[in-house]
Amino acid sequence: MGMTISQKILAYHAGLDFVEAGELINCKLDIVLGNDVTAPVAISEFNKLGLSEVFDQEKIVLVPDHFTPNKDIKSAEQCKIVRDFAKAYKIKHYFEIGQMGIEHCLLPEQGLVLPGDLIIGADSHTCTYGALGAFATGVGSTDMAAGMATGEAWFKVPESIKFIYYGKLPPWVGGKDLILHTIGDIGVDGARYMSMEFTGEVIKNLSIDNRFTMANMAIEAGGKNGIIEADEISLDYVNKRARRDYKLFQSDADASYYELREYDVSKLEPVVAFPHLPENARPVSEAVDISLDQVVIGSCTNGRIEDLAVAASLMKGKRVHPEIRTIILPGTQQIYLEAMQKGYIQTFIEAGAVVSTPTCGPCLGGHMGILAKGERALATTNRNFVGRMGHPQSEVYLSSPAVAAASAIKGKITPPWEI
Amino acid sequence: MKFSGKAHKFGADVDTDAIIPARYLNTFDPAELARHCMEDADAEFPNKVKAGDIIVADKNFGCGSSREHAPIAIKGAGVSCVIASSFARIFYRNSINIGLPILECEEAVDAIKEGDQIEADLETGKIRIQGNEQEYQAIPFPEFMQGIMAKGGLINYVKNKTT
Repeated sequence: MGMTISQKILAYHAGLDFVEAGELINCKLDIVLGNDVTAPVAISEFNKLGLSEVFDQEKIVLVPDHFTPNKDIKSAEQCKIVRDFAKAYKIKHYFEIGQMGIEHCLLPEQGLVLPGDLIIGADSHTCTYGALGAFATGVGSTDMAAGMATGEAWFKVPESIKFIYYGKLPPWVGGKDLILHTIGDIGVDGARYMSMEFTGEVIKNLSIDNRFTMANMAIEAGGKNGIIEADEISLDYVNKRARRDYKLFQSDADASYYELREYDVSKLEPVVAFPHLPENARPVSEAVDISLDQVVIGSCTNGRIEDLAVAASLMKGKRVHPEIRTIILPGTQQIYLEAMQKGYIQTFIEAGAVVSTPTCGPCLGGHMGILAKGERALATTNRNFVGRMGHPQSEVYLSSPAVAAASAIKGKITPPWEI
Repeated sequence: MKFSGKAHKFGADVDTDAIIPARYLNTFDPAELARHCMEDADAEFPNKVKAGDIIVADKNFGCGSSREHAPIAIKGAGVSCVIASSFARIFYRNSINIGLPILECEEAVDAIKEGDQIEADLETGKIRIQGNEQEYQAIPFPEFMQGIMAKGGLINYVKNKTT
C-alpha cells in the first residue's frame, strides 16, 4: 500500500520507510516558529529546562506580529521577552519591527519554509505552508518549547481527506471561496485530526497566493494540516527564495484516504461565511444588503500582493462608502513596498481607506480596528467566532478580498460584479 | 487521579476565543487569565466557578487558535477536569502538555445536566453522575500521558524523568 504526501513527509522525518495512519512517531523538525503571544509562554517553559542553548539557532523563527507595533505596556513586555531571548540564544531568524510581517506571509516570502519540510509553529495558521508541499501544523507553546530544546516532536500520523476540484473557476471566485465552500460542506470539525489534501485541475492552475489562502484555513475545518503537492507554480515561487536544498514528495496512486470529496467549481459564486462560525458559508447573492460598519482586507489568509491587487482593481477611481471604516493590512514590508510601487496604496488612500503596517491586529481583536457592541464587519480574515474582532456582541462576516472591496464601496455586502 | 465537582455545561464548537478572548492575551499569568475564563461563552462563569468544578461540553471543544492560554485559563480557574464529546486537536495536545486533565465521552456528556455532581477517574476513564447508577466509560489515556497530566505538564514530567 502506498502513502499520502503527508505520510511520506512524516515518515522521512522519522527516519522510517513507511508509516500508517494512527501510528505514533517521533520526528526531526526543519523549523520551529513562535510569535509575541505564544513564544513568551514557550520561553518560560524552555527556561525551566535549564539549557544553555537551543537545538539549532538557524531553525527557530520568532516573529512579533500579533500585538505589534506594541499596542500597550503588557504587549511591550511580552515582545521584550521574545527579543531578549532571541539575543541571548543567538536566534538567527528574529524579525524586528521594520523587517517583520505577518508570520505566515513572511516565512514563505523569506524562503524559510520549503517543500518537503516538517514545520511546527505555535500558531494555528502554521498550516499555511502546506501550499508549498510542506507538512506544517500548529501546536501550543509547550510543544514549541520542547521543539526549541530538542528539534523534535511526536506526531500521530493523520488520516487524509483528498479534495478534488474540477471545472472552470468563474470570474471573482478564488482560493478563499473554494476553502469557505469546503468548510461549509464538511463543517468546522469535518477534518478534525486529519490531513486535507487539495488536488485537481483547479488547484493545478491556482496561483500561489490563492493556494496559501486555502492551506491557511485547513485549521478552520479542524485539520492537522492542509497540503498541495509542489508543481511548476509553487517551485517558481520557491526557487527565487530558497537558500537550502529541499525534497519533493508526491502521494502514491494507491495511497489510502479516509475519504474523497469532489467539487465542480464551474457554478460556484463568491462565498461569504456568516457569524459565528466559518462553516456558515453561503453564496454572496444570499448575503446582499447586509449593512456594515467596517471592512478589513489583510491577515495571514488574504494579505498578499494578489489580494491587494484584486482589491485595488475594484477600488481604483472609486470612494469607499462614507460610513464604512476600511482598513487594509499588507502582510509584509515587501508586500507593502510592492503594493506602493504598483500604485495600490495610492488607490486605497484616494478611495478613503487606511493602510496599516503589517500586523495581525484586528483579525484576533487585538488592535487596529476593534468593533463596538452591535457593530458588524466584513473581513478577509479566517475566523468569525463570537467576539473575535472586539465586543462579544459584534459580528464578523468572512469573504474574499474582491467581495470585501466591493462591499466597502457600497457600504453593504455586495458581489464584485456590481462595481 | 480522581475528580469530583459540579458540572458547568457548554454546547458544541466552543472556540478558544470564547475560552479566553484575545484581548487578554497580553499576559500569560494564570490568575489573570482565569478572571476572564469562558467569559464570551458565559460572562458569569469566572464568578461562579469553584475549585474542583468540571467543564462538560459537546463536540470539538477548544477549536480555533493554538493559544495555550486557553487550557491555562481553565486550569487557573480551578477546573479539575474537562469532559467533552470530542476535542479540537491543538487544545487536546495543549491540555495534556500543561497538565489539565481531559476525558472524551459523548454518552456522559449527553447524560450530564448543568449543576450535576460528577465523579471522574482519569486512570480508568470511568465517569459517574451522583444519584445515578449508570457508569460512563471514556477511553483511558496511556500511562505516560496520565503521568504527564499527573505531574502538571510535559516540562515537569520531562524534568522529573531526567533528574
